[in-house]
Amino acid sequence: MLLHRSAVFYRQKHLLAIEGLQPPEIGQLLDLADSYVLLNRSGKTQRDLLRGRTLINLFFEDSTRTRTSFELAGKRLGADVINMGVSSSSVNKGETLIDTAATLNAMHCDLLVVRHDQSGAPNLLAQIVDAAVINAGDGTHEHPTQALLDALTIKRRKGRIAGLTVAICGDIAHSRVARSNIHLLTTMGCQVRVVGPPTLIPAEIADIGVTVFHDMVAGLAGADVVMMLRLQRERMTRGQIPSAREYFRFYGLDQEKLAYAKPDAIVMHPGPMNRGVEIDSAVADDPLRSVIKEQVEMGVAVRMAVLDMLSRGHRRNES
Amino acid sequence: MNPDTLFSRVRILGAGVDVLGDLLVRDGHIVDFGGSLGTPDGATVIEADGAVLCPGLIDMRAALGEPGFEYRETIASAAIAAAAGGITTLAALPDTNPAIDDPALVHLLRTRGEETGSLTILPYGAVTRGCKGEELAEIGLLREAGAVAFTDGSRAIASARMMRLALSYARGFGARIVQHPEDPSLAVGGCATESEQSTRLGLPGIPAAAEAMMVVRDIRLAELTGGAVHFAHVSTGEALALIRAAKAAGLSVTCDTAPPYFDLNETSIGDFRTYAKLSPPLRKEHDRKLVIAALADGTIDAIASDHQPRDADDKRLPFALASAGGSGLATLLAVTLAHVHNGSLSLSAAIDLLTARPAALLGAEGGRIAKGGVADLCLFDAERIWKVEAGKLPGKAQNTPFDGRALEGVVLGTWKRGKRVFG
Repeated sequence: MLLHRSAVFYRQKHLLAIEGLQPPEIGQLLDLADSYVLLNRSGKTQRDLLRGRTLINLFFEDSTRTRTSFELAGKRLGADVINMGVSSSSVNKGETLIDTAATLNAMHCDLLVVRHDQSGAPNLLAQIVDAAVINAGDGTHEHPTQALLDALTIKRRKGRIAGLTVAICGDIAHSRVARSNIHLLTTMGCQVRVVGPPTLIPAEIADIGVTVFHDMVAGLAGADVVMMLRLQRERMTRGQIPSAREYFRFYGLDQEKLAYAKPDAIVMHPGPMNRGVEIDSAVADDPLRSVIKEQVEMGVAVRMAVLDMLSRGHRRNES
Repeated sequence: MNPDTLFSRVRILGAGVDVLGDLLVRDGHIVDFGGSLGTPDGATVIEADGAVLCPGLIDMRAALGEPGFEYRETIASAAIAAAAGGITTLAALPDTNPAIDDPALVHLLRTRGEETGSLTILPYGAVTRGCKGEELAEIGLLREAGAVAFTDGSRAIASARMMRLALSYARGFGARIVQHPEDPSLAVGGCATESEQSTRLGLPGIPAAAEAMMVVRDIRLAELTGGAVHFAHVSTGEALALIRAAKAAGLSVTCDTAPPYFDLNETSIGDFRTYAKLSPPLRKEHDRKLVIAALADGTIDAIASDHQPRDADDKRLPFALASAGGSGLATLLAVTLAHVHNGSLSLSAAIDLLTARPAALLGAEGGRIAKGGVADLCLFDAERIWKVEAGKLPGKAQNTPFDGRALEGVVLGTWKRGKRVFG
């Protein structure tokens, strides 16, 4: 084991949301993830840690990136990993969810990674299945491992999290990444700003502890971290913004707007990117500013840490 | 013929009556009440020192599972729940399958109510055919068949033109139009009150203004047509202020609310609790307090159960996909009494909101304590404590938003036309 600490702060059975986690819980997950970064880079493995455990990736929404990241994390720790893709359009979603949960229980799955297009679906599953449930993104609610990997990336680049100014930009209203990041970063002592057109800023978000900006220049001024969000195409068809070019003009991140942030500000994006819509390629590919590739690497380490932590209860019971 | 029933030493309460004493029932009617009445030969004596005897409750808004949704609730199971809740008359919503848009269906519901022996069902007629909002239903024929008022149930009459026609046409038959006050184009896709909480949970929100917008439109249409509009389950302070002003201006505007809107707020949905998913959605605490104030000052004309039976499969879904609605028959009285106990309402005002006032709106028999009046009665202990538990409620529909709520006030017995039907 990489973490030889007498105190394990993370005592939850599941990882459903960042909201509600305490700083020591988040801090410990990040420390553990950091140790997995070193392990992964050294080429060593920990294949005994989850040997004999079954991890099921249950994805009701397509996501190559997150699914692969969890798959790799599980395999590096020695778990048996099974991917289940369930098309959410072909069948009644609700029946599938409940029926699938019953099936998974019969299979004695230990760790269940779930992505669903409905907010709260993992909470519902967690009430039914025996496995530890990890939310890999639910509707517009939360995406906790994304926030953890973003925090780890920030911490490694900036040497700290507390006290930084982070601007989260774009479609806040429909972003689970934004919500998880807001909870994590405010809990860990950041100044968090959200920046976007009023139609993409959700109601009363300032009450969660963020400052709202509708102007990129003002929102980025003095920021240590600029976090861009993916703009879904359907936001245009539903009329929340008039066009991609107008969006890029006012809310797309280019070098000109980025110049208002701190000179050493880093640029993040959860991917996949819409180049030329929310981010200019010159920024996305700028090795001095963009940490987008590093986020992907951190993703595997963070998911290893989460799988490790959630399995500790079981391992304690067995020893 | 049933033997006489004598209620001995009870607090007799309802519509201007508040006396301690006896009440005698014979042949389904109240013969006499007040003071000490002698016990006639062979009479059944109900001894209930300190208990309250009031008119059987008149629930002016409840959905029944019949016809079309019998898996949720049958009329027989609703009648059991109603009797246990002290309800003897219930106005049934018409957005069933088929919708109550044909006089034969009005007859059917009335008859099915009679067959229960414990519950009078007063059917609402559909405003539009199939409650689809497109063409007027046969309001005149439905009225003649016994429809008490007209509504499209849980669906708002969206088109201003259709609402104008309905108010105008129904006026000719002296009928009231009952509106679900929510602007559907603004509420579309929403499943919770738009707020910090809906933002945290990532649930599409419905702004409180969606209610006020429909209320302001329909008040204007009532003014334009001279028709009578009633707003159901009003849940926001803004809408209530508009209704208060319309009443002061002498318009024919009335409204009701339901226990969830004065007892719960949006925090009840907490961790995606679908049993607390209602339509309209539970509101902010600020609005809940304003609903209480409007009950106390008389702006709200009635408290209805807003009973919406659902089964487990309707509710065991991700929040946005789950069906909205809560069961409410068995908890109507006790949740209302909670706000008598905490000093927000007087007991007599609360009972009137559950009996005489909805009876007047519906033109229903009962709802009063009067010599010669029908003996639909509810006897309750206002102090006894119980806890609401989903799964243990009377009747089939267990989808209560009050699961786990401790309440004071237990129905000891319910009488329909002098016959004991509960307790």
